[in-house]
Parts: sequence; C-alpha cells; structure tokens
Amino acid sequence: MINYTEKIPNNVDLGRDRVLQRALEHWQPAYMGWWYDMGPNESHNYEVYLRTAISVEPDGWAQFGYVKMPDYRWGIFLQPRDEKREVNFGIHKGQPAWQEVPGEYRSTLRRVIVTQGDTEPASVEQQRMLGSSCPSMYDLRNIFQVNVEEGRHLWAMVYLLHRYFGRDGREEAESLLARRSGDADNPRILGAFNEATPDWLAFYMFTFFTDRDGKFQLCALAESGFDPLARTCRFMLTEEAHHMFVGETGVGRIIQRTCEVMKEHKVEDPEDVRALGVIDLQTIQKYLNFHYSVTLDLYGSDVSSNAANYFTSGLKGRFRETKLDDDHVLSEAEYPVSEVVGGKIKTKNVPALTALNERLRDDYIEEIADGVARWQRVIDNAGVPFKLTLPHKGFHREIGNFAGHFITPEGEVLTEEAWKNRQSQWLPAPADYAFVQSLMCGRVVELGKFANWIAPPSRGINNQPLNFEYVRFN
Amino acid sequence: MDVAVTQESQPKLEAVEFQTDPSRYKHWRLAFDGPVATLTMDVAEDGGLRPGYKLKLNSYDLGVDIELHDALQRIRFEHPAIRTVVIASAKNRIFCSGANIYMLGLSSHAWKVNFCKFTNETRNGIEDSSSHSGLKFIAACNGTTAGGGYELALACDEIILIDDRSSAVSLPELPLLGVLPGTGGLTRITDKRKVRRDHADMFCTNPDGVRGQRAKDWRLVDEVVKPQRFAEQVKQRALKLAEQSDRPLNANGVALTPLKRIVDSAGLHYQYVDVQCNREARTATLVVRAPESLTEDTVEKALAAGASWWPLQMARELDDAILALRASELDLGLWIVKTSGNADTVLAIDEFILNHQDNWFVREVLGMMRRTFARLDVTSRSIYAIIEPGSCFAGTLLELALAADRVYMHDAQEGATTSFLALSKMNFGPLPTVNHLARLAARFYQDEAQLKLLHDQIGKKLAPREAVDAGLVTAAPDDLDWEDEIRQAIESRASQSPDALTGLEANLRFGPAETVETRIFGRLSAWQNWIFIRPNAVGTNGALKVYGTGAPVKFNWERV
Repeated sequence: MINYTEKIPNNVDLGRDRVLQRALEHWQPAYMGWWYDMGPNESHNYEVYLRTAISVEPDGWAQFGYVKMPDYRWGIFLQPRDEKREVNFGIHKGQPAWQEVPGEYRSTLRRVIVTQGDTEPASVEQQRMLGSSCPSMYDLRNIFQVNVEEGRHLWAMVYLLHRYFGRDGREEAESLLARRSGDADNPRILGAFNEATPDWLAFYMFTFFTDRDGKFQLCALAESGFDPLARTCRFMLTEEAHHMFVGETGVGRIIQRTCEVMKEHKVEDPEDVRALGVIDLQTIQKYLNFHYSVTLDLYGSDVSSNAANYFTSGLKGRFRETKLDDDHVLSEAEYPVSEVVGGKIKTKNVPALTALNERLRDDYIEEIADGVARWQRVIDNAGVPFKLTLPHKGFHREIGNFAGHFITPEGEVLTEEAWKNRQSQWLPAPADYAFVQSLMCGRVVELGKFANWIAPPSRGINNQPLNFEYVRFN
Repeated sequence: MDVAVTQESQPKLEAVEFQTDPSRYKHWRLAFDGPVATLTMDVAEDGGLRPGYKLKLNSYDLGVDIELHDALQRIRFEHPAIRTVVIASAKNRIFCSGANIYMLGLSSHAWKVNFCKFTNETRNGIEDSSSHSGLKFIAACNGTTAGGGYELALACDEIILIDDRSSAVSLPELPLLGVLPGTGGLTRITDKRKVRRDHADMFCTNPDGVRGQRAKDWRLVDEVVKPQRFAEQVKQRALKLAEQSDRPLNANGVALTPLKRIVDSAGLHYQYVDVQCNREARTATLVVRAPESLTEDTVEKALAAGASWWPLQMARELDDAILALRASELDLGLWIVKTSGNADTVLAIDEFILNHQDNWFVREVLGMMRRTFARLDVTSRSIYAIIEPGSCFAGTLLELALAADRVYMHDAQEGATTSFLALSKMNFGPLPTVNHLARLAARFYQDEAQLKLLHDQIGKKLAPREAVDAGLVTAAPDDLDWEDEIRQAIESRASQSPDALTGLEANLRFGPAETVETRIFGRLSAWQNWIFIRPNAVGTNGALKVYGTGAPVKFNWERV
C-alpha cells in the first residue's frame, strides 16, 4: 500500500478517494518504471536542487531542496475552486461550471486531455540525453526541473483521466506511459513531439517556442466549462512560466556570448565566429525558423470544425476568454485567415468560430514576437549589426492552409524546386547540427563554470550564487 | 422547405389508450359459431381517435387497429375453442379501404411511423398465432379491398375475394398517394404470396387493382367466389381450416381482466412493471419485477390464476407500457431496463412453461411473451439494461437484457451482494426476435460453439466477470466506476441524434438474417419513412397532401 498523502502531495483529498487510490496503485509503479527507463539518462542517483510544489498556497508551490529525482514528490494540485464559476462561453454560457464530465462531451474531453497529457512525457523523452552535454551545473539543474515538472503535468492530466473517465481513463493513462517520442511504431500523438532535441540550442528553442504552445493550450483549457480541467490547467500555468524562462534566457545567453566574442575579436563572418567556438547568429536564426514553424503547426488547421465544436460546447475557450469584450458565443463574428491562391497569399474572412485555432496561433505569435525583440536588444546592445526575424507564418508549414505550399521566410511563394534549393539557407542543415553538437561534446559541471558558447545567467536559482552546487553527482 | 408542414408539433393530445374490451368497440363486432369466430369490421365514420377526419368506407386509424389487436387477444385467451377467425366486413361491397388518407395527411411524421409500426405488429401477431397457436385466419373480401385493407388480408392464411365483376384487391398507395404499401403489403406479396415481380410491379402501380380470375392467377388471392356462394364458401373454408387445429374442443377461456395501472406525472405504475419518466434526462426507466415464489406449479393452478398468472400479467403490463411510451413519450429516447425479484422463481416458471406447451393456455402465454419482447426489437428507442445487485435477469427476464443495445452489469465488491444473471432454455429459441432467431443466437451470429458453451451454463448464476467472459454484457464497471460510468453512458446516448440512433439500432439489432418481419420493419419502413418526409409526398403539392382536394400533384422529377 502506498501512503498517498505522504508520498503524493495533493489538494484533491487523495487519502479518502478510493477511485483515485485504486487507479494510482497500478499507475504509480508504471510511472516510476517509465521514469527509470525514459527519464534523464544516468540521473537517478543525482541529488538535484529542485523546486517542489507541496500546496497551492503562495509559499507552498515553490519549496526548494535537494532531492533524487525518482524520489521527487509528484503531486496533484488544482487551483482552489470558485463556487460561483460559470461556463463562460459557447452554448452553455451562464450555466454553473461542470464539476463532473457531461456524458455528452465525454469522448471529446478525454481526447483533449489525452492530447495535452501526451506532450508532457514526450518532452522528457526528447530531452533525456542532454545531461551529458550540459553547459553548466546551473543549466543541468534547470533541465531536470523542467523534466520533473513535465512529469508533474503528466500527473495532472492523469489525475483527470483517473478521476473522471473510469476504465477508459485508466487505459488512456497507461497509454500515456506506453507511447515513445520518435518511435515510428509507437509515436507520441503530435508531430513536434516526435522530433529529436539533439542539442542544447534546440532544447532552449523548444522550451521557448514549443512549451509556449503548451502555455497557450493550457490557457485555452483553463477557460473550460469543465471546472476540474480549468483548475488543473491554471495551476500548471504557474510552472510553465519557468520552462519558458529557461528557454528565453538560454537562447538569450547564447546570443549574448556570441555577440561578446564577435565584438571582442571584431569578426562578423559566420565562419570566423564559429572558429571562435560560439554559435553564429545565422545558425541561431535557422534554429529559430525551424522551431517556430514546427510549433505553429501544433495549433492545427486554420479552419477547424473541431475547434468550433470545442468552443461551442464550452470545452476549450480562447486565450484570456473572460477578458475579451464580445458575446463569447461568436455566432456572427468573422476572423481573417490566410490562404494561397494562384501563387499569392491572400486573406479572407471566415466565421470566427471555425478560425479559433488560427486566432490562438495569432495570439501566440504576438507573444513570441515580444520575446524575439528582447533577444534583438541583446544584439543591439552589443552593437552587432544583425537582425533576428520571425519568418512568415506560412514558412515551412505542414498543417493548415499553407501546407503543400513553398513559402520563403519573407512570405514569397516559390516552386518546390526553388524552395528546396534555398532550404539550407533557412533551416539547420546536417552540417549546422554537426557544428552545434561539436561545441557540446562533453558536460561542464565544475562549480560556477560555464561552457564557452553560453554566457552565465544574471543570477542563480532561488537567490543562490552561480557557483552553488545545484547538482550533487554522488 | 415545406416538408415542415407535416413536422409541426401537434397540440398536446391526451395519451393514447391501448386497453379496451369488446363492450367498448366502436368499429368491430365479434361473433362465435362453433370453432369459427367472425371478426366483422364496421368502422364508425365519426369514431376517429383524433379529430379532423371521417373514417369513411371502412378506412381505419390507430383506434380501429387497437380494437383489432384487442379482439385478437380475446380470441387467443378467452375463446380457446376458436380455431379459425374470419375477418369480414359489415359494409356493402367494401371490405376495407385501408388507412384513412386524411388522417395520414393530418398526422405528424412520428405519428405515422408509430401507427404503421403498431399495425404491422398486429398483422405479424396474426401470422404468429397461425404459426404457433393453431389459429387460422381467412380474409372474406366481400368488396373493395384496397391498400391497408389488402395488407390486412395478406396477413391471413387465405384470401377469398368476391367475384362480382367489380370488386378488386389493390395496393393504390403509389399511384394515388405517392407512398408505398408500407404496412407489409409490398413484402407479403413477394415473400409470402410469391407474386411474380413484374406482376407485383403492375399491381402496385395500378390504382384499380386486380379482380376476378386474374387476381387468383397472379396469386393475389386464393379463391374468387360468386356473390351467391360467397358466404357459404367462406364458412366451408373456415371449417376446413379448423380441422387442422389442435386448439382444445372444450376448454374454458381465461378472461383478460383490465390491467391495474396508475398513471401519474412520474410515470406508469403496474403491479409487476413500473415506468419512471425522467423528462429532463429524456430517459424512461422500466423495472420489471419477478414474484418471490412459485405458486402455480400445475396447469390447473396456472389456469385458475388466469390473467394474474405472473408471466401473463407481466407480459401484458410490459406490452401496455411499451405501447404507451412509444405513442406518448417521443422525447424519452433512452429506455433503461431493470429487473428485480427472485431469479430462481423465474427459472422455475420458465421450466414449467416449456414443459407444458401441450396446454393451450401455457402456449398462449408463451406467445404473449414472445410478441411482447419482439416489440422491443423494433422500438425506436435506445435500450440499456442495467444489472445490479438485486436484479433478476434470469431466463425470460434475461431476454430484456438481450434485447437491449447495451448491457451494464455492476461488479460489486466481494462480500457484498453481487450481481448475477442466469440463462434458461427460454434464451435458446422459444422467444425469438423478429429475425426468427433466439436473441442469444442472433447476438453470437449463430456460432454453434459459443451457443453450446452457453447452453452448458443454463441455470448457473453468472457473476459479472463470468458474464463478461461469456459475452453477455457490454461492460461490468466496479463499485468505484459504476455510478459515473452509467451516468456518462446515459448522458452521452441522450445527446446523440435520435434519427441516426434509430437507424443504427435497427441495423445492429436485426443482424444479417432477413425474414418477412425484418424486411417489413427494416427495408420497407426505411423507404417508407424516407418517402414520408419527402416533398413529393408531404410538400404543399405532394401527393399525400393534395389527395382528395382536387389540386394537382406536383412532383420534383429528380430521381434520388
């Protein structure tokens, strides 16, 4: 028997919930098996300075201390319930928020939760080998923090499946542990989560771009009329912020280090920059192009009846739904989407209900643009004449209206042949990956030391110094 | 789209009453002469069940058919010495002109469909009694026998048509009304009477029908008889058919006393059947209760108990409940079927019934159960069976679960009272569904090996895991899952398209085998119901709408 309240911090009364206990009796050991197999490689005996959530109180969600990751106390937390909360959009607008799954929407909700839940273990799998090439103990600790919290987010989704979806839910929860990122026979559900994360630049890009998709999806689900889902997602969002911080500062520090070296040695040619052991800005731009475009696909088709149904039935809202000033029903509203007609990109208005994927993608792009502008300031402050740009929305897309078209980062529609001839100017080529990985051939773990290709952060974790022992290797 | 014309919700009318008795008949007379009963149709023009139409020329509406159904029941149970039933007419030179067209024109789509279903079941019941009960039927067609009138004749064993140079049998639905002879006519002329298909084509497109010798040559009737000889010939044939019957010569009938029923806002309440309506959830919960102990252990005692003998009373109550829900509670799209009582008693009664099939009454009771359960198979409602601790899904009552679209069984914790179900011989043939297969055989597509395994389990109380392994239940959630699982299964069903569910269920319930009944309820009704909502029938200028107004029919000529 597991002592649940001891082992699994929670605010869902786990100690008295037989449904959950029974489900976890099977799932918890399976989860540990998955963590040992697919969690960070060779890390199980490390003691890591981690943040653990032990309650939803302001002082409870960020408790720091050394912990071996297999002993991490993955908990189950929901934002406290607001008794007066209503369904805020769609045809059920104004009804009390649902505390149980409406049978009518059971399979849809289950699919939404499974799709979200599947991304969490996937990213742990994608990143499991990166520990052997970490640029510092600080960064190693951060990736572990991201990993355990992805694990906790998996727990959050599994909680919903276990608590509200009966046997189907238990089976789906098992499947979340059975799929494997990148396994052709047994892949993760979404394409981007089967891509390799081959190096630390890719990791930072992933946490900046792809984890931010996670944030936007969670924000949309945090509006759900199914209250337990909304409350679960709200709490997850408090953790997601750290992941994006890791990504944004990680890329920013690489840019900063590159610019420092460029100024110091007065070089601008990428070959010269590379020769000095840092990543040239052109390669960073290519990584940006890749991760941005792959992540845009995660939002789905520009025009989507599924998205319309999710909204109309009150299951998935828009970004900051309750802050938006409209009828929250969208029976009349329109929204512009792009399409390629006769070799030209045109926009046309479609019913806003069907364009909710596109709208969420546009909200995301707006936030991404702010982050890229902050990176640009690092370059500008260093006095390096280089402009980082976000490629056109239609660049390198495989889902939606742009799929099957060959569009440059500037938004020009090309033939397939013309596009492929220039592809290596825009996207990382094997040689680019090989170069980046050549810089990361071993780990840097001496106290306070950082790899040559990345600048130290401005401060440590939880106000600890940069030379703090964030990971004890034992 | 002017189809909507027929879709308007009718003003809420009082519920349809399916119970009646001969003293209250408006449209039929029942007379007895030795082994022959004559059931004479004499429809009262002003006796329509609903206002707005006159039942001229022995045309009928649901009310007329309810009386016919009752009369057949009386003959089965109250008059065991009757061996032949002559269906005749009191109207001069008109046998029956079929369903009343003005009634159909005024009716909602749902009403038309339900009306046709009930009349079909009554006609199937005539054939059921001919096959199983030793009752033979003669249609004495003394004049015009048109549409539903001919369909009624087709349900009989023999059709005798008067040969007066003008009286014809006909199926004029298509040429006159733009619909099909949908109450079995189209199916029975082929499957039963084996009318050649080109003759059938000619017959069904000619509003005048066929008379005299040609009617006989085309196999549309069995005999054509001159007016002078007609009555005598009918009598002779009736007596001849009676000779084949094994109905008892001297036996007292069993009176079908009125059912005791309380109707209130919560539902319908009988002694062994209870119906709770949940209008918000759009469900009806039917609970069928078995007796605690077996008191009628001899045929004499069963006869003495008569209409209050459990299997008969239960079946009559269930029959009435099914008909009432179908006619009056259209929105309750999901029926949740439960049972309670002593399973051993049900198993013992099953054994008793099957061991005493040589007795006319026991045989009729089995027939009543068979026909009642068969109504479930063609009911356009989703059906879930819920098996819980205290349930009594054994033998005969297990048929309720086997008739359901899904079966949920509560796998209660060990130590607590557990759920079980039990098979009896009743599940292996005596209570076939409309495809003429036992529900169990149909469930497993007649897989002999599987049925043999199940046969070996007769009488055993199968626990939830065993029931799952035996393929008898859909799912067996345990204590922790049960409540939420059932709630969600009910809510999700209630949210899905009622039309698509009706189509889905009919397809899955009937299975691969076809019979006259499945063809009538499936192929024929599906086409008929499609035609019933098409503008060519029910649009402003549709054939059914303008019939009798003198206005021209306007078809959309596009073939679909």
